[in-house]
Amino acid sequence: MTNLRKPGFVLGLIIIALAIVASLAPQLLATHDPFESVATDRLLPPSAQYLFGTDNLGRDLYSRVIYGAALSLLSASLAVVVGVVVGAVVGLISGFVGGRTDFIIMRFVDVLIAVPGVLLALIVVASLGFGPVSLALGVGLGAAGSFARVMRSQVLRIRSEEYVEAARTLGVRSPAILVQHVLPNAARPVIAMAALEMGTAILSVSALTFLGFGAPPPAPEWGALVAAGRDYVATNPGLSIIPGAVILVVVLAVNRVARSIGGDE
Amino acid sequence: MIEQKTFGDDTAADDNILVVRDLHVSYATRSGSVAAVRGISFVVPRGKIVAIVGESGSGKSTTSQALIRRLASGGSIDSGSIEFEGRNLGPMSERELRSIRGGRIGFVPQDPSKSLNPLMRVGDQIAEALRLHLKLDKTAAAAEAVRILAEVGLPDPDARATQFPHELSGGMRQRVLIGIAWACNPQLVIADEPTSALDVTVQRHVLDNIDELVRRHNTSVVLVTHDLAVAADRADYVAVMSNGEIVEQGTTAQVLSAPTHEYTKKLVESAPGLASRRLTPSLTALGEQQQSSAGRLFTHTRPAQPAGSATASGAVPAHSGADAAGATNILEVSNLVKTFALRRQGGGSQVLRAVDDVSFVVPRGSTFSIVGESGSGKTTTARIAARIASADSGTVSFDGTDVTSLSGEALRQLRRRVQVVYQNPFGSLDPKMSIERIIAEPLRAFRVGDRTHRAEMARELLEHVSLSPSLAQRRPTELSGGQRQRVAIARSLAIGPELIVLDEPVSALDVSVQEQILQLLVDLQVQFGLSYLFISHDLGVIRQISDHIAVMRSGKVLEAGTAHDVMSNPQHEYTRELLEAIPGQRAV
Repeated sequence: MTNLRKPGFVLGLIIIALAIVASLAPQLLATHDPFESVATDRLLPPSAQYLFGTDNLGRDLYSRVIYGAALSLLSASLAVVVGVVVGAVVGLISGFVGGRTDFIIMRFVDVLIAVPGVLLALIVVASLGFGPVSLALGVGLGAAGSFARVMRSQVLRIRSEEYVEAARTLGVRSPAILVQHVLPNAARPVIAMAALEMGTAILSVSALTFLGFGAPPPAPEWGALVAAGRDYVATNPGLSIIPGAVILVVVLAVNRVARSIGGDE
Repeated sequence: MIEQKTFGDDTAADDNILVVRDLHVSYATRSGSVAAVRGISFVVPRGKIVAIVGESGSGKSTTSQALIRRLASGGSIDSGSIEFEGRNLGPMSERELRSIRGGRIGFVPQDPSKSLNPLMRVGDQIAEALRLHLKLDKTAAAAEAVRILAEVGLPDPDARATQFPHELSGGMRQRVLIGIAWACNPQLVIADEPTSALDVTVQRHVLDNIDELVRRHNTSVVLVTHDLAVAADRADYVAVMSNGEIVEQGTTAQVLSAPTHEYTKKLVESAPGLASRRLTPSLTALGEQQQSSAGRLFTHTRPAQPAGSATASGAVPAHSGADAAGATNILEVSNLVKTFALRRQGGGSQVLRAVDDVSFVVPRGSTFSIVGESGSGKTTTARIAARIASADSGTVSFDGTDVTSLSGEALRQLRRRVQVVYQNPFGSLDPKMSIERIIAEPLRAFRVGDRTHRAEMARELLEHVSLSPSLAQRRPTELSGGQRQRVAIARSLAIGPELIVLDEPVSALDVSVQEQILQLLVDLQVQFGLSYLFISHDLGVIRQISDHIAVMRSGKVLEAGTAHDVMSNPQHEYTRELLEAIPGQRAV
């Protein structure tokens, strides 16, 4: 636990903890109802009453950011889960079976990686309909390719380990070898990579909600908040900059913590 | 520790090239500082070979590194002095040391495959030392390098000098390293396990070469080795290390013929080169055999019918009509051939006959050993016999049934009766599993008992291999090499096999541990009526366990017979050479 002595790591951990609280129990942190508009308090600058100011409909921006965490972070988490699960299964099969199966699967993976992630997500969202779940599926599939490659390389390494051959000569069947020996030993780098992927996923999800592919308004997704503030950039730049800064800080925190977890273990 | 007489005391002080006094070395680790060498003193007389003998972790390598102040990171010399030609190396500056290292003190490293620069021609690597220390110019250094290569016994030194390390064999690479160590005509050479990575016959030639250089140049040598037999053959003086201390030192004859310290006695007894008998089962093993009804472990785990015909899709009719239940030979291998295609440089391919028409039989309840050096095809033969690899032609028949082409479920059922123990106990156990799960794995694979029953059996098996059942929840990384190999043996016993193929099972272990494992194998054999197919490069080990021996070279069996015949009356020239190469014969 030497990590806990590094200030950057601790700060990152605190930010992530706040973000998690915000997504699970936003009422603990929010000061206002995120959907209530007060007609007299439109486009106010940050103040003690409205920490981040108010938007064009007189809604408290701070509370909207807090309530937006649930949608943005849960989409991103789901995306990582989709990416890891799909990628790991594909990579596991590809590496373990080998031969022609491996060749065919990996060519598909090459194609998947060749298509830019956001474009791929757009295609998925466009064909499945807008919303946080299809968004997560799209972003997750975009990441699955690289997970499949990492998993496959791990499987190839472990498949040639002596304990795998030993298991075979002990009479263990192939599926059992895969589950009991290959998977546990291959998991660590994939998990480390998943933690790093979380930051990228938050960015991708925010980018897509910025473009309007997320939940329909008035849902306060982070990307959508940045987009809504665009019209007032000249007079109230805070409306775009503050949610943008929140995204930035959370992504930095996630990456900092993920790097320590992946690197130190 | 009690004050010890060092063996240089009887000689004049100025005749000692190196004097080490009360040397302490420690390593800084996360959990504090660990003492690796604890107050050792010894001297190296001019022109003599001093062997430092000890097992892994005894501090012998640390000592050799400390002598030239090249400790691994975290290591530091805490106190004591190292006087080389009357000057203390301890407080010397790094710059002064550089002129001594490689110039007046040579160093022969352990692993010839890692210690040469792979991108540099070997001649240039010798010349580098010459230009640095003797200030020779380029052409003189190159000519001198060729002369040195000739001196260390490389054939055709002119051509060899222009080759890269990967083009040379392990023995030749070690000769090059010896050449580098002796290049600048040093007063002292420190050789850290110089032959441990080499085959026995090569080891002998390389050690002969060192002997010759010592005589010709009157060099002193500190020979660090785990092999007491090598020390016995080559050294004038021996210092035995254990736990960072020198427990005994003296002339080689003194230490070996009349060891006074308990540890030295144990070491002398267990050195395979020095012992010359087949191990007999210990009394407890014989007692247990009489107690257990059939002399069998877990009789209930085995199906009544022979496993090969159990689910029968790939089962083949009994070979040569022998009675399947009780063939006298548990394993018969005939006319095995296995070839590999080698790609040659610049296209084309060459066929390597790794196993070339090999036949042998393993009588039930006995140990059949295959001995050979690396590349002899012994491991490939064993892998084919254990049906891990397949042969190009020839047959393998187990208990009278041809199993050569079994596959799928039929092959899996064969595993109930044939098990394998691998060479490397660090590689063959899954690091993520607990010891209990590792041992119970074959039981689980064959659905024997329920979870609690399997855990119970795993504990019982641990006791059979003399390990405490309290280790059951540990991971392999927490165990020593010997303990791991015991776990691997327990695992192979779990399902109650009849034949165990042991591929170099003790090669990765310290000598005293080697003998314990061999004793365990001999005991288990009697207890459970096992048959062994034993593979080793070490005739000393083979001698301790075998009933029958086959000697292999270049894929062929040169000679086979009972252990006694092969050992005492070898027919083939190569067998005689192997026997002579066993270290430790001069002392006995």
